[in-house]
Amino acid sequence: MTAVSRREFVTVLTAAGGGLLLGYRVGGGRGSASAATAPGLAPNAFIRIAPDGGITLIMPQAEMGQGTHTSMSMLLAEELEVALDQVRLEHAPPDDTLYANSILGEQMTGASSSVRAFYGPLRRAGATARAMLVGAAAASWNVDPASCRARKGVVTHTPTGRTLRYGALAAKAATLPMPDKVALKDPKDFTLIGTPAKRPDTPGKVNGTAQFGIDVRLPGMLIATVAASPVLGGKVVAVDVQKAKAVVGVRQIVQLDDAVAVVADHMWAAKQGLAALDIRWEDGPNANVSTADVVQGLAKASETPGVTARNHGDPASALAGAAQKVEATYEAPFLAHVTMEPMNCTVHVRTNECEVWTGSQVLSRARAAAAKVTGLPLEKVVVHNHFLGGGFGRRLEVDYVTQAVRIAKQVDAPVKVVWTREEDIQHDVYRPYYYDRIAAGLDAKGTPIAWTHRIVGPAIIARYLPPAFKNGIDIDAVDGAVQLLYEIPAIQIEHVRHEEPVLNTGFWRGVGVTHNNWVIESFMDEIATAAKQDPVAFRRALLKKSPRALAVLDLAAKEGGWGKPLPRGRGRGVALLFSEWGTYLAEVAEIEIASSGDVRVHRVVCAVDCGQVVNPDIVKAQIESGVVYGISGALWGEVTLKDGRVEQSNFHNYRVLRMNETPPIQVHLVRNGEAPGGIGEPGTSVTAAALSNAIYAATGKRLRKLPLQAALAGVAR
Amino acid sequence: MVTLRINGKAHQVDVPSDMPMLWVLRDVLGMTGTKFGCGMALCGACTVQLDGQAIRSCVTPVSAAASKTITTIEAIGNTPAGKRVQEAWIAHDVPQCGYCQSGQIMSASALLARKPHPTDADIDAAMAGNICRCGTYQRIRAAIKQAAQGAGR
Repeated sequence: MTAVSRREFVTVLTAAGGGLLLGYRVGGGRGSASAATAPGLAPNAFIRIAPDGGITLIMPQAEMGQGTHTSMSMLLAEELEVALDQVRLEHAPPDDTLYANSILGEQMTGASSSVRAFYGPLRRAGATARAMLVGAAAASWNVDPASCRARKGVVTHTPTGRTLRYGALAAKAATLPMPDKVALKDPKDFTLIGTPAKRPDTPGKVNGTAQFGIDVRLPGMLIATVAASPVLGGKVVAVDVQKAKAVVGVRQIVQLDDAVAVVADHMWAAKQGLAALDIRWEDGPNANVSTADVVQGLAKASETPGVTARNHGDPASALAGAAQKVEATYEAPFLAHVTMEPMNCTVHVRTNECEVWTGSQVLSRARAAAAKVTGLPLEKVVVHNHFLGGGFGRRLEVDYVTQAVRIAKQVDAPVKVVWTREEDIQHDVYRPYYYDRIAAGLDAKGTPIAWTHRIVGPAIIARYLPPAFKNGIDIDAVDGAVQLLYEIPAIQIEHVRHEEPVLNTGFWRGVGVTHNNWVIESFMDEIATAAKQDPVAFRRALLKKSPRALAVLDLAAKEGGWGKPLPRGRGRGVALLFSEWGTYLAEVAEIEIASSGDVRVHRVVCAVDCGQVVNPDIVKAQIESGVVYGISGALWGEVTLKDGRVEQSNFHNYRVLRMNETPPIQVHLVRNGEAPGGIGEPGTSVTAAALSNAIYAATGKRLRKLPLQAALAGVAR
Repeated sequence: MVTLRINGKAHQVDVPSDMPMLWVLRDVLGMTGTKFGCGMALCGACTVQLDGQAIRSCVTPVSAAASKTITTIEAIGNTPAGKRVQEAWIAHDVPQCGYCQSGQIMSASALLARKPHPTDADIDAAMAGNICRCGTYQRIRAAIKQAAQGAGR
């Protein structure tokens, strides 16, 4: 699973200006349908060392807050033997052949994969460059390279103390043959990896200079805002532009078949213009759809068997013969991402070329989208990436790029298309609605002897990454479910693919694991209750073969005060997570039901084992972040449909956690040398079940539907 | 034409009087450090200071700002509280995506200028209007407390 073991090819090119350009590529990953025919030896990332000593990493991964620009730089700097502040970053241009993420098979930042995918390759790239620079220095001095050492961008000949800087060596190093093998540092010699190095992007993010896609400014640029059909599949029938055109600053109305944009001198005029438009829509086939229709479709689909993603033992017989059988259905709603930076994309379509400025988790897809709309070849489309004002999976989609290019094709100037918050929430690519049926059989002692879990929802992978959709199994839909660590002699995990084309659906932070962990870990508490056992003790007994899981569970229980008495009205809940990310995470959440009925989260304690840690402070920050995102989603997150339209529109009716509602979040790291695991998403995924179990502990109410606050109000004891 | 005094400099702008300050700053004057988040004063991303008070520029018309001293993220580091806040933000590596942080810093520095040693309740009251989807709240609280320590007694 780790990228480190994949075949790597390294090439050296002489850079313009005499510097050393070092690149590498890794073999085909999950998304490469035919790795054998994957492009040849083109490198996938570059180190550039200029004659003036400047060291540039061309960064294939998008920075959306998760700290990847820091951790990627640390991997490189560690082996290259340069200080972190000597590394300059450039956003990579779109190019799958150069910058593919080995786990995902294309240039993509998602699935908590950056460190997992680049831990080996970036270190190797750094080590190779260092070896060549040392070789160049040794050749200059006519000495044995083994008698030289590199540190902080300088090669020293140890016996004589002579020194040469990397910049002075770059041109010569570029003429040397590529070493066949380079030795990576022993982790015990790391000076950077494993340290809480400061993020280099912080200063620009506290003084307003950090550039997000929405901050792009170009000479002659116009600003547009847009209204797409409020119902998916709807079309524009007619537009009365009279009043909009009268708004001072409005330049042009652009009509597409499914959207209308107002192009203006500034956003205010564009917004005023949009409000003044009178658009007649034909709503299409989804005109009358409501959330209840979606749930009905899913519930019906749940009655039929799906594709089996994991099976062992004989679950049917085991269930039939169980002393006690527990069954439940769980539901998780559509969710919007609500990144702080609303969707936006700036485009300049010129004769025979197109230029795009945006923030994207998938830059090569953004370019392909622009090429498709304009009909231009890929090489005539230039795409610039920026900091992302939040990704969370939303910017894995390129719908907003496609739309902006369609608008820009009709505008004779560069145009920045900015969605209002309302447009952003009502035209998201939502986390799907999931419907799960789950059952367990217990023997006379309360030990689980059978576990069946049927997941009903769409196959996002089939749309998004078709090569990874094999044998009808959506590895995302069942992620976190098929890796169930509990020792149970008979297990069946099924996925019933059921598409509800009333909203576009895609990845939301924590992907399939977020919904599966909520179901699995809530249900574990249900069967612990049925077995009359403590939730932590019940889990512990089933984890004898999973020492890493046991360790985080014990640590979270200890630090979370598990078992200690709580005041009335408070409760503690636990949840454990393991999935494709390779990270073990246990959370203990403590909640209170206020007299108003509101759930207040008082404290969250997490214990995490993500293997080799690159930057412990960023790991902690990601868990803190994930937990907050998870609390918002679990307590309140819900997108509902009425007459085919999304009912939520802004932060007043799509509630998210605020500072005064945020509990202290403690993160305890288990440090070891295991392969790195993903860290951007687990904190989100583990939180819903921990909260729900805490609510049960406080109230005796078992909630099987998200969001929890609404479910709590609706559930009679 | 209206004259705006922003970060100690006078700017003449020819815009409708009901145009929110946010768009004047971003789209007319090119000061993009102030961010658009909701357009309804619900998220705080657009926070700037008018005569030292934190306000939501997305709903503040230019007419209401014309006679005031306007301070934005680009110059908040020139104020004692703003400087301490920025330093504390860096010390705690508060920002993640960073998009909301201009607004967070403008709210926090207005709080500290007014109340150099805020309680947790003061921090909650001053900061509850600033949403951060990356969930940096815990670090924001710690950074405000650190910045307050530098304020002297």
